[in-house]
Amino acid sequence: MKRFGFSNLMLWAGLLFIYLPMVILVIYSFNGSRLVTVWGGWSVKWYVGLLDNSQLMSAVARSLEIAFYTAIAATALGTLAAFVLTRVPRFRGRTLFGGLVTAPLVMPEVITGLSLLLLFVAMAQLIGWPAQRGILTIWIAHTTFCSAYVAVVVSARLRELDLSIEEAAMDLGAKPWKVFILITIPMIAPSLAAGAMMSFALSLDDLVLASFVSGPGSTTLPMEIFSAVRLGVKPEINAVASLILLVVSFATFLAWYFTRRAEERRKRAMQQAMEVMAEEAAGSSWKSGTQAA
Amino acid sequence: MSLSKLSRLLPRGRHAVIGVPFVWLFLFFLLPFFIVLKISFAMADVAIPPYTEIYSYVDQQLQVVLNLGNYLMLSEDELYLAAYLGSLKTAFFSTLLCLLIGYPMAYAIARSSKEMQTVYLLLIMMPTWTAILIRVYAWMGILSSNGLLNNLLMGIGLIDEPLQILNTNVAVYIGVVYSYLPFMVLPLYANLVKHDMSLLEAASDLGSSNFNSFWKITVPLSKNGIIAGCMLVFIPVVGEFVIPELLGGPQTLMIGKVLWQEFFNNRDWPVASALAVIMLAILIVPIILFNRNQAKELEGRT
Repeated sequence: MKRFGFSNLMLWAGLLFIYLPMVILVIYSFNGSRLVTVWGGWSVKWYVGLLDNSQLMSAVARSLEIAFYTAIAATALGTLAAFVLTRVPRFRGRTLFGGLVTAPLVMPEVITGLSLLLLFVAMAQLIGWPAQRGILTIWIAHTTFCSAYVAVVVSARLRELDLSIEEAAMDLGAKPWKVFILITIPMIAPSLAAGAMMSFALSLDDLVLASFVSGPGSTTLPMEIFSAVRLGVKPEINAVASLILLVVSFATFLAWYFTRRAEERRKRAMQQAMEVMAEEAAGSSWKSGTQAA
Repeated sequence: MSLSKLSRLLPRGRHAVIGVPFVWLFLFFLLPFFIVLKISFAMADVAIPPYTEIYSYVDQQLQVVLNLGNYLMLSEDELYLAAYLGSLKTAFFSTLLCLLIGYPMAYAIARSSKEMQTVYLLLIMMPTWTAILIRVYAWMGILSSNGLLNNLLMGIGLIDEPLQILNTNVAVYIGVVYSYLPFMVLPLYANLVKHDMSLLEAASDLGSSNFNSFWKITVPLSKNGIIAGCMLVFIPVVGEFVIPELLGGPQTLMIGKVLWQEFFNNRDWPVASALAVIMLAILIVPIILFNRNQAKELEGRT
């Protein structure tokens, strides 16, 4: 089983296929030549040039703002949905609810975008809200589809949790909301962080939904990039794209690192507790203090 | 039963806990589809918003005018039919390609050491968080006629003049497989890693060849992973817009692109709605399949 077989070869070829284009993109963003295919020596002039592009910079600020609010709202909403799916076994409309939570994962973005826009237009006609489309409507669209991703990540964690701790707290008289805040939330904190990071990245990346539900004057960064990219490859776009790649990769790495560290700490704590209990059971409780360390 | 005990202890706050996400998703995800359905029966109009109202109430008469013209036009114009078929064909073959490439990858990850698994997973997951737009853009520079790939092939003397790859269907397939491969690998891995290795050992003890055990044991056991992975690729690809727009050419007909053009270029909202309704009708079976599969996963049943 350990030999370097066909599947390992495919894994490495696949990873190369995934990463090579991105590496090439980053390398070429440092190309000094204006001709994107001719290498003209190393240079950072395209990065420096970005700072002077005020239109692009305001799009960056707008995208970051939307992504920030999306991360917060989608994490809250997705966690609630995950909690309902894993802890409330029966209620009316449960199947529908499950479908509504997972469907945004696969629903083509053009459909979601178009339908949300038509909803906003209909609502504006009916109740006068939202009066104009912009950051708020993009935020609603992003929160809706990001919360599905959060729900998947968080419910995976909630399912693994030992129910007995929550039950013990309730048996001792703690109110459910108190149990949720003091026990459940701290135990699923790493996956909440991962979900928030993921929502932030997804919101920062989205082109299609934002194009449908944005209004005049609220262009996001992907919309700016898209309108430039349509006209072909440009060195400035190489620089922006590389920056986004680096920022998102770094955020992903951080999310992964913190989840992993928390996981390891938890496992170690569990193991220690187990050892202590095992020793106590063996009748040598006086030794446990020194051994467990 | 511990779960029911917990839920009984949930107070009236239970309604709020269920209600908030339910109402949000109902309002911003489910309800909009019915509005799309409604608008698809309207007529395009030079107004704000650019469509006619389908019902009116005048002189105590409620009139509902359902305009079937959009659907008739879609069925008569061969462009739309070709776009639906093109989307389905692209989605089908790229799902197949993703499965053929992704399965061995997921298998290799699931069989590697625990330490390496987390590293591989990070490497697979990282691109899914990065803009599809940027990853597709990276390919534009590689595939163009004076791009890296053509320069490389000409440099080693394999071809004499640049191949036209960008703006063809080949480029669309490359872009789709490239962008959606991680979505195939992740659910497959999640499934494969749970397999009980003793089954394979037992089969091998009984004289089964490696390939035979793989085909008769591993593949059937990974059915749920295969379904989840294929649906995660197939369904979004049918409606894909960015990839055919940037990598495809004039002969690339895909429904996501056509819908975008009807909406943004022609400002024909009712036709765009009708296109969306038909797309949803085609995708509803795969979506329900995916949701069933996902519900099992979410609740921890297998």
